[in-house]
Order: sequence, then C-alpha cells, then structure tokens
Amino acid sequence: MEVIIATDCGSTTTKAILIEKKGGEYRQTFRGESPTTVEAPFEDVTRGVLNAFAEVEELSGRKILDGEKIITPSRGNTGVDVYVSTSSAGGGLQMMVAGAVKTMTAESAQRTALGAGAIVMDVIASNDQRLPHEKIDRIRHLRPDMILLSGGTDGGTVTHVVELAEYIAAANPKPRLGMTFQLPIIYAGNKEARGKIKEILSQKTALDITDNIRPTLERENLFPARQEIQKLFLEHVMAQAPGYKKLMSWTGAPIMPTPGAVGLIMQTIAKKNNINVVGVDIGGATTDVFSVYGEIFNRTVSANLGMSYSISNVLAEAGLENILRWVPFDIDESDLRNRIKNKMIRPTTIPQTLKELKIEQAISREALRVSFEQHKSLAVGLKGVQRERDISEAFKQEIEGETLVDMLKLDLLVGSGGVLSHAPRRSQAMLMMMDAFQPEGITRIAVDSIFMMPHLGVLSTVNEQAATEVFEKDCLIHLGTCVSLVKGSIGKPKEKCISYKITMPDGKKTEESLPFGELRVLPLGIDQVAEIEVLPAKNFDTGAGRGKPITKKVFGGVVGLVIDTRGKPIALAKDKAMRVEQLQQWAKAVDAYPVSVHL
Amino acid sequence: MTHAYTPGLRIAERTKLTSQRILPLLGDVIVKKGDVLKAEDVVARAHLPGKVHAINAVNRLGIQPKEIREYMLKKEGEPVRKDEIIAETKPWIKMLKSVLLAPITGTIETISTVTGQVLLREPPKPIQVLAYIDGTVTEVMEKEGVVMETTATFIQGIFGVGGEIAGELAIAVDKPDDVLTDDHIKPAYKDKIIVGGAFIQHNVIDKAKKVGVKGIIVGGFDDEDLKKLLGYDLGVAITGSEEIGITLILTEGFGQIPMAYKTFELLKSRAGAKASMNGATQIRAGVVRPEIVIPYETNKLSGKETDKPVDRGMEIGDFVRIIRVPYFGKIGKIKELPFPPQKIETEAMVRILEVEFPDGSTAIVPRANVEMIKA
Repeated sequence: MEVIIATDCGSTTTKAILIEKKGGEYRQTFRGESPTTVEAPFEDVTRGVLNAFAEVEELSGRKILDGEKIITPSRGNTGVDVYVSTSSAGGGLQMMVAGAVKTMTAESAQRTALGAGAIVMDVIASNDQRLPHEKIDRIRHLRPDMILLSGGTDGGTVTHVVELAEYIAAANPKPRLGMTFQLPIIYAGNKEARGKIKEILSQKTALDITDNIRPTLERENLFPARQEIQKLFLEHVMAQAPGYKKLMSWTGAPIMPTPGAVGLIMQTIAKKNNINVVGVDIGGATTDVFSVYGEIFNRTVSANLGMSYSISNVLAEAGLENILRWVPFDIDESDLRNRIKNKMIRPTTIPQTLKELKIEQAISREALRVSFEQHKSLAVGLKGVQRERDISEAFKQEIEGETLVDMLKLDLLVGSGGVLSHAPRRSQAMLMMMDAFQPEGITRIAVDSIFMMPHLGVLSTVNEQAATEVFEKDCLIHLGTCVSLVKGSIGKPKEKCISYKITMPDGKKTEESLPFGELRVLPLGIDQVAEIEVLPAKNFDTGAGRGKPITKKVFGGVVGLVIDTRGKPIALAKDKAMRVEQLQQWAKAVDAYPVSVHL
Repeated sequence: MTHAYTPGLRIAERTKLTSQRILPLLGDVIVKKGDVLKAEDVVARAHLPGKVHAINAVNRLGIQPKEIREYMLKKEGEPVRKDEIIAETKPWIKMLKSVLLAPITGTIETISTVTGQVLLREPPKPIQVLAYIDGTVTEVMEKEGVVMETTATFIQGIFGVGGEIAGELAIAVDKPDDVLTDDHIKPAYKDKIIVGGAFIQHNVIDKAKKVGVKGIIVGGFDDEDLKKLLGYDLGVAITGSEEIGITLILTEGFGQIPMAYKTFELLKSRAGAKASMNGATQIRAGVVRPEIVIPYETNKLSGKETDKPVDRGMEIGDFVRIIRVPYFGKIGKIKELPFPPQKIETEAMVRILEVEFPDGSTAIVPRANVEMIKA
C-alpha cells in the first residue's frame, strides 16, 4: 500500500488528506477541503468528497479521479491504493441509552455509546427520578438515531429492563432520518429477559440483540455492543443520509463515526508507546474528551460546549465570572455578553483584534475545563472491557465515584480543534491547555497540526503502520513539557517554591529556582531530551510528595520546557486589577502575545 | 477551489417565496391545490397520541404481576373515565378490598404480567398547521401538508425569538439609528408588527406586550435583556418555540447597532401591509434564520424574482457589511482582494480584503468577517 486518501466528512467541511509512502515511510503530503454537501441543495455527501479530492489533485498533481470514479491501484502519479473515511455530517450519531440503575447499567450503557462515537441525548433509568409519563414523553420527542437498552446482570432481575422496554414501546419513537423506517434498538441487557423484550419491541422497532454490557455486577463487556452500534450506524443511519450508499461503496474499510476514529488512534498510540493519554477536540459545536489509562479507554462528548455554534452555552454553563477570570484586561460584563452572542450568531467570523483573540482564548479555557470536568465525572467506577474486580471493590468505586483520570499519571496531553491547533502562537495553545486541564507533575503537551486524527483512526483499521507513522511525524506538533505542582499545593506569591537542575542534551547544566505563583520557559527543542531534577520546598509537591525531589527525562517542543509554580488549583488573585496583572505576567513569561498598544 | 465568503442575509424587495407547511405526524390536509389562503387559515390537522400514564397496579393491589389480569375489570384497548375502578381485589372480608382507579380519562394501553404495570393513554390531542403567509396552495402532500407560494418582500434577520405570527406592519421610529423607547409604543400598535431602529430594551418590550404588539423588528438588543425576556441564559441558538407573548427579530446583532439602511427603507416602503414573521433561529449546520415575509396583495403579479441571493465569490467593487469588531456594522466597497494570506493584528495568517468606506477611509478585514450585500 503506497498511496492512501482519507476524508473526514464533518458537519460543515469535508477534509481530505493524501498519505504517500516515501523513502520507506508513510507521510502526509497534501490536503484539501470543501464544504460538506449533505444538505440542500446538493443532498449528496459525495459531491463534497469529490471537491476535496479535486483540491488534493490540484495541489499534488496526482490524478485521483477518472470522472467520478477513484482510480485504484496507484501507478506512478496516478490513483490511490485505498480510500477510507469518517463521518460526523448531519449531526453525527445521536443516541439515547436506557439502563435499570442510573449509576450502574445506565452508566455502562452511556459509556458504551460514547465510546462508539455517539452523542448521548439522554440517559433513561428506572431510578432517574422522572415519572413514567415524563420518561415516555422524553423518549417520544427526542428522535434519536438509535436506542441502546440495557439492564440487569445475566440471570438477575428482569422486571426493570422489561419496564423500560414497555416505556419505549408506549412512546413508539421514530428515527431522526427516514420517517417511514423503524427505529433501531440494541438490547444489551440481562439475557434472561430477551424473550420478553422481543415480545414487546420486535413489532414496533428494528430490534437487535447482543451480549449484555454488564453480565455480572463486577464486569463490564462493552465491546460487542459498541461493534453493534457501529454496524447499525452504517446500516441504518448512514444508509439514510444523502449519498452515503455511494460513499460506502467507495471506501476500503467501513466508514466510522468521527469521534470513534479519534478514540481508536488515541488507543493505538497509547498502547504502542505504553503511555497514558488525554486528548481533547474542541470544535465549534461540541468538545470531545478522550482518555486512555492503561487498558482503559473513555470518551465523553460535551454536546453543547464549543467555540462558535455553542459559544454562548459555555457562558451559560461556566458562568460569566469564570470566563472573566481569564480575560487579561478590564472589560464591561455587558460588552462581553454581547460579543459572545455575536460570535454565536455569526459563527464563522474570526478575531481580528488582539483583544478579541484573548477573549476567545479565555472562553476556550472554560469550555475545555467544563468538558474535562464532565469527562472525569463519567470516567469512574467499572471501566473497560472484560475487567475483573472483586465485589467489595466494585461497591467501593461506586460509592466514592473516584475518577480514573489521574493527572499525576498522565504522560501526554493532546489538543485538537481550531482554537488550539490554529492559535497564532503555539505558546498560546500550551498556556490554554495548562490553565484548562491543570496538569500535575511532569506532562508532555502537543497539538494536532491539521486535525487528521479521525483519518488516522479509520486508517489504523486497514494499515496500522501507516497510521502510527503519520501520527508521530505529521499529525502531532509537540509543544513541550510542563513541570507543575500537584493538587493541593497552595502558597503565597514569591514564597520559595521549587529549585531545579537541568542537564541539557549537550551536557550543559542549569541550576535555578522559581518562587510560588510564576511561570518560566526554558528552551528545549522539538527533538531534544533533557534530564530534570526538581526539588520542591517543604510545603510543595511536584509528584513525589511534599519536599521530595524527582528526577525525570523531559521532552522538548516548539515552546520548550515550562516550569509552573502557580499552585493547583491555579491561584488567581481575587482583586480584579491584581488578577489582570497576574495574567499579563504569565502571558509575558511564555511570550504568548505581541506587545500591543491596545492594552 | 472553494470560495472564502459569507453569503449575506437575504433581503429581497419582491421575490417568489414558497413555504412548506408540514404536520409533525401524518394527518389530514384540508385545503386543495390552487386555494388562495390567508395566513390564519388552517391547512392541515392531525392528532398527537395522548400522554401515557403508568400505574404500578400490583403494589396498589398487593398482588403478584402474573396474576394481574385476574383482577382487571378493563382489558387492553378499552376506554376508561377518570376515577373509574379498573381493577379490584376480591377478599372474603369486603373491608379489605383494594381498588385501582383510573388516574385519567383515556384507554388502557397495556397490562404487563412481568412488571405488574398498567399503562393508560390520554385521548389524542388535536393539532393544526396554519398557512402562515397569505398566498396560494401550489402543492399538496397527502396526509403531510402543503406548499404555500406567494410574491412578497422577504427579509432575513440574524437572530430571533418567538414563533410564527402575522399582523400589519408599522414603523415606530424615524431613522434606522433611532432607539426604540417607551414613548414610541402607542396603543394603536395593538396586533401589529412594529419596526424599531438600532436598539430596544427589555422594559420597552414589556410595554409593547402590554399594548398587544405581536412582533418587533429591530437592529440590536442586549444579551442581558434577552436573559430577562426568556428567563434564562440562552445557551444554544435554537429558538422559535419560546412562549414569551411576542416575536422579536434582530436584523444586525447584539448591542446597539443601527438597522441597515436598505432594510429599514424596505420595511418603511411596506408600512401598512400585512406581514408574517417567525423568530425561529437555528445556528447549526443547516442554518435557519428568522424571517419577515410581506406578501403583495395580488398574486396575479408575476412571481418573477427580482432579487436573487448572491451565489458567487467576492469581486472588487462588491458591497460588504462587516460583521465583527472593530468595524462591526460598517458597510463599504471592496477595494482590494489580495490572494495570499496576510498577517493581521492577532498574528494569524488569513485571507483578507481591503474595504473602502463611504467617507473614503479604508480598512483591512479578514474575509471571514464580512458578508456580501447588494448596493
């Protein structure tokens, strides 16, 4: 396989990338994009795909199309060997999930759907405090693409899950696309209830039965249901979307939901490098967060947190105060509210002034923070596939609801999406991610250069080598590494905080200290590795305990090595003028913005 | 290659318009092709399935789910009245008898021998779809709805709240940069759609509602006031179903922004005519903008479209409106359209254009921050 073309059909843009094997390794060489054509007047997704291909042809000089047919296999400067694609057009995959107990099977069902790349519109549970008629009304009005119904361990209670099936039958829900079709429902609950479920739902819905996602109390088995969701996504949802039947006949691998593909590449990379990864993709309408800790993969989507269509919802969810705390100048509240709404109603506009850029970057910190909080609250309890644990542990986890996202064990934080990938200075992206995620200890930070993670995810299903090579060489731009205090480390400004020794790749040693409440950048290039020994003062912790030193290898990047003593959580001054001064100092420390006459 | 431009909001003095009037579920269309209708006329009716109520019968009666049918006095599909006994136990001692009353008037939907639940459904709720605009039925989709057609002045707003309404158009201010204040709201505006200038505040909307104004068209509005009007902070721009007693359309955006001169003059030229407006806005892929439709009285006039939406890329000499600060709301003519991306104040490299304002001054603006308009 020498030449690969991949597309991601997003809700507004179809992005194509060309991957070629050159000098024994796969590299991403050209890209093209075109508006997505799912909606009127075109109503055929392949138009946008062909337009994006045409742009790649124009830029690369490679002839890919013969009329409207993809030329395969490749010969010289003609044709490609395989075409793969992801899709989130038309709003992606929208699901409703139902489970017997809110914190058990319903939560497992939610994780199943999210991991498969869906947006979860609602979670219905027997004990969700809603009255039966409220549940039925909700099911009827939502119009999801499909429903995942679970409940009961195998051999356990039948009543609750049958009750949920009765509600679904009473609601008689219709699918979002294709009014005349039956709504696909996946049953992945107690196998003893299958007969009853068939009796209740098989006439009214397109019922599909798969393995129980919670066969026993202490075991989750999400994989078969996820596979089923992706299969039905292709058979029912995609097949109803305009032009997808044709598109499916072109691809060399099944079309994947975009976030499902991003999750796949994250898992592939985490496994290959044996690291823990957190990734975020902040878009205009939604923000996806992925985490891979060991064998455990989780994905959440904050469906209404984003930087354009959903920007106003960031204000509604995070609150004005929380946005204002990141704005490095004084601004009238009413003015800020109007600016946010004006971006919402004209979502394709971009900041022209530095002030506007800083406002958008302040909002992005809150969008990222809230999305990450939501992720951490779902990445709890029983996780992953076939994970065994004893019963007492299962109860303990449920009671404590402890998140599995341990910031101290995080190796790599990857950011994607316009506000991060296209920030005019890379240091802005680094600072946004440090402020929003508040990493602890030693963490590498990177951004996705041109949003090609979806393409690489689906490519990994046909050629893992090509996907991982391109990921490492062309997809990620390493910003650097940050050394931060651990949660609970709070001090006073200028208090003695940490001292550190760095041995640079050329053997040169630097020994410095940094008081509490500051940021410092040390140059460390993109392919450079240094060794750092950090000695925190007795009240501070950088990962080994209060006052205990750590020594670690640190990787460079386009920004460098950032030492952060701002406390965890970051200690922002309560006084507005002092806070503005703090933010300006930190921005200056990482050289985030040009010195401007406007401020 | 794709064009980097934002098509402007549509403003047409006279254009042929069609509007699909569709039921949310299958029902009956009660008009026929060729009928000439008023906005208030009903075109189609349907019955929404009634609300479902569940009763845990086995708990109430103290029986096992599998026995439930033995105790039911009503079968699936049978009608019931509110407080009618639908199930009862038959103990030896009558005092110990338990009964189950129907919580609603409706029908028995299901009786479950697994969960012991009885589901009852309320009678269907009738719903109807109106013509919304004065015009002619040009197509009937059996059981679904109709297509209405009219020749009208058509103006798209940028944002709105409130649903479909119709009323006489009245101009409440003198100039597009006037602020619509308390003093402008007169009792004579009852049942009318009024046009303001650059701005309106929440208290003025309140007064308009008291007077009985059906709709307001204005340049700008504060987000703080929107929160007061709705009673909550609007997160996602999907509107139209709010029940706020009035429909509001902004033509320019949030803040105090004079209504575009052409929009104001066009509305002024149609003062006294019957207009339909809908605040429904959906800012997502498949964007929906609020609209004002002012049909011409006679449909015998040719339906020829005199204004067409701009469907080409930008060219030097085209008029544009700037839609983001620092030049938000200004209108000018494109002077230069340099091809290579240029660095702007934020240091981002973007495609730009040079715009010349009526006073002869010029400015560099990202192409993403303008919309094309007609001169």
